[in-house]
Amino acid sequence: MAAPAVRMFRRVEGLFCVYKPSGVHWKLVRDNIETKLLKGLNAAPSQPCPQEVRFLAQPGGDAEAPKGLTLSVASVPALSKHPLVTGPEFQYLQVGVGHRLDAFSSGVLVLAVGNGNKILNDLYRTRITRVHLVFHCLGSATDDFSHMGHVVERSTYGHITQDKLDRVLAMLQGANQKSLLMYSNVDMRSQEAYEMAVQGLLGPDGKSAPILTGLRCIRFEPPNFTIEVQCLNETQKYLRKVVHEIGLELRSTAVCKGVRRTRDGPFTLQDALTRHHWTASDIMQAIQQYKSSKKNKNYSRSKVKEPGLHPLEENTTDSQQNETNVEAVAAGRTE
Amino acid sequence: MPCSFFLCRVTMASSCAQLCLKCRSLLCSKTVATTWQHSTQVRHCRTVTPVITKVLNGSSFFSGNHRTSPASQRWKQQMFCYSELSVKHLATEAKEDKFKEELSRADVVAYKSPLLPVNEIQMPLDLDAAAEFSALEEITHEEAVSISVPAAIPPSSTSLRDYVDKSETLSKLVQLGVNLWKLEQRPNVGTMLLKLDFNMDVAPRLLFLKHIGVEESHIGYIITHNPFILTEDLESLQARVNYLKSKKFSSETVASMVSRAPYLLNFSVKRLDNRLGFYQQQLNLSASNTRNIIARLPRLLCGSLEPVKENLKVCEIELGFKENEIQHIALTVPKVLTANKRKLTQLFDFIHNTMKVPHHLITKFPQVLNTKYLRVRERHLFLEFLGKAQYDPDLPNYISLDRLVSLPDEIFCTELALATLEDFYLFQKTL
Repeated sequence: MAAPAVRMFRRVEGLFCVYKPSGVHWKLVRDNIETKLLKGLNAAPSQPCPQEVRFLAQPGGDAEAPKGLTLSVASVPALSKHPLVTGPEFQYLQVGVGHRLDAFSSGVLVLAVGNGNKILNDLYRTRITRVHLVFHCLGSATDDFSHMGHVVERSTYGHITQDKLDRVLAMLQGANQKSLLMYSNVDMRSQEAYEMAVQGLLGPDGKSAPILTGLRCIRFEPPNFTIEVQCLNETQKYLRKVVHEIGLELRSTAVCKGVRRTRDGPFTLQDALTRHHWTASDIMQAIQQYKSSKKNKNYSRSKVKEPGLHPLEENTTDSQQNETNVEAVAAGRTE
Repeated sequence: MPCSFFLCRVTMASSCAQLCLKCRSLLCSKTVATTWQHSTQVRHCRTVTPVITKVLNGSSFFSGNHRTSPASQRWKQQMFCYSELSVKHLATEAKEDKFKEELSRADVVAYKSPLLPVNEIQMPLDLDAAAEFSALEEITHEEAVSISVPAAIPPSSTSLRDYVDKSETLSKLVQLGVNLWKLEQRPNVGTMLLKLDFNMDVAPRLLFLKHIGVEESHIGYIITHNPFILTEDLESLQARVNYLKSKKFSSETVASMVSRAPYLLNFSVKRLDNRLGFYQQQLNLSASNTRNIIARLPRLLCGSLEPVKENLKVCEIELGFKENEIQHIALTVPKVLTANKRKLTQLFDFIHNTMKVPHHLITKFPQVLNTKYLRVRERHLFLEFLGKAQYDPDLPNYISLDRLVSLPDEIFCTELALATLEDFYLFQKTL
């Protein structure tokens, strides 16, 4: 019969996502989660000390004279199995991180515990898209593309309108869709390419340059505007560079005020756990939720590749969920 | 080896049969046993009658040289000095019943030699010898009880759990609540603990701690964090306590200081004096205020003074606090003196520049300097989003800083922000 701690561990194995606050390195988040999980697992009631039977001769007997036969029996706990001597039952936990987030950005970070690490590997070998919300500020350009770097250039932005922005975004999206086809290693003139494109399976295999499969302007209030980006194989620094390039295309300059990941594969902002919920019980609940949703959706690898086919539709469904939130926040931010 | 047997037998021929039997049982073990385990057994086996000892001593094979040299080599390699443990144990505890716990035999009456199974495992059997002395030989009950199985303790080990059942010191420490697992990670601490004798070393110091007023439940914590208190000289410990009392710390205060800063009594009187003087001078505090600070945060006396000096300089130059403000902050929240410099600057930067809180307000509520940066940030941004971020006491809808940082989440949401907890969590996901 497994100990209660081991049974609890079986329930904790799996995938879940947390909300990483900005300004924190992802490794600190991972270590924090590991410590909290270990605390929760080791707090489970441990097995009592096994008893050992010992024979003790009569106390006060004379050592010189031959001892009598009377031996007293005592059942004492074997201290070598005491938790203060052996240490806690769980000392290390394998907690793996999905696609990493750098310290400046915030958002959904997928973590896997124990056996979930294998699923994590498989998940990232398939073509999963991620959705980021990128916040821009027009008027200046910096050296590291974020609003905290050295200002390199300043410009006016009065001439920029929403439709100009949309035009630039559409052009970018087109260019990126073309590169999607280029990286797919399939001859564009073949029947095979056509069939794959119909099913939405066309896309880069493994590592490639970052590709933005969908770009959409969520909010436009000069000098700030927000863009929702659906991308593959990207890094946050690349997204900030994209901000800079959009500014250049608009004949102005822009810096990135923040990057927020709202979706990573099947994990959305709704499922993400905030800092206060990083306890063993909450994480267990999130993992159970993920497992049950996996069963419901009949989640399989082929389904995951579909996002390539319906980038914009997915975009709208995602952002409609977050729309009210985002608008409210943007209202708060621009105050 | 067999030749020496014959020698013994010949010498034994004159003695009575009973003695012979006793001798045989012991001798057969001699031939096949491992070297020093049996040597120790013989050394301590006081029930062996003088005749047998004489015989054994006289016989040629009980000679120290060839036996102890491989044993002594092994002793040098040990990670925990088991040799000294066992010798001390055997010397002091042979009379005690504790060590007789190795007599874990099922039945005492029908005596089968317990030594033979042990021997078979350890060394290749001298089969001729074993065949001659049958295990079914009967000996007296006294002998049966007197022969003890040597302890199956490994000579060296990486963990204290192999020794805890056999060592009185370790078992008593576990019963007190000392975390041996944590202690054995530290280099050399395990060896040191094994070498301690409970009655001579540990007990007087535990009594001393109890005498100065430390509660029994805290003793485990103290020893887990500072095992070296068990090797400190009792007179110096007493001298340090006397010094603290001479500086007008009450005895309960001294007891609580020792419980919270386990390393306190390891420092010399000179060092304690130095530190007390430093805090009094640097912060320009009166004696009673200094006592107050030290009583609340005794680890100020234990750590190095350099980080404290740096923090004071940071407060003065970078953060721009005046001297009386620093004094007030240190008196209210002494933890600021040992805070991380970088985190303190980051927190202050957010509070002063983003939340626009002036210096005098921060001095009034120094707890804000003791909080986590992320906590203050998310609460402030939530209040700002709701339009309630107003920290000036002169204007209406004022929110006091200490309530902002110290209240738990639910009360913060319901009383200060007038929103639900779920809204707060949703808002956090938009940061």
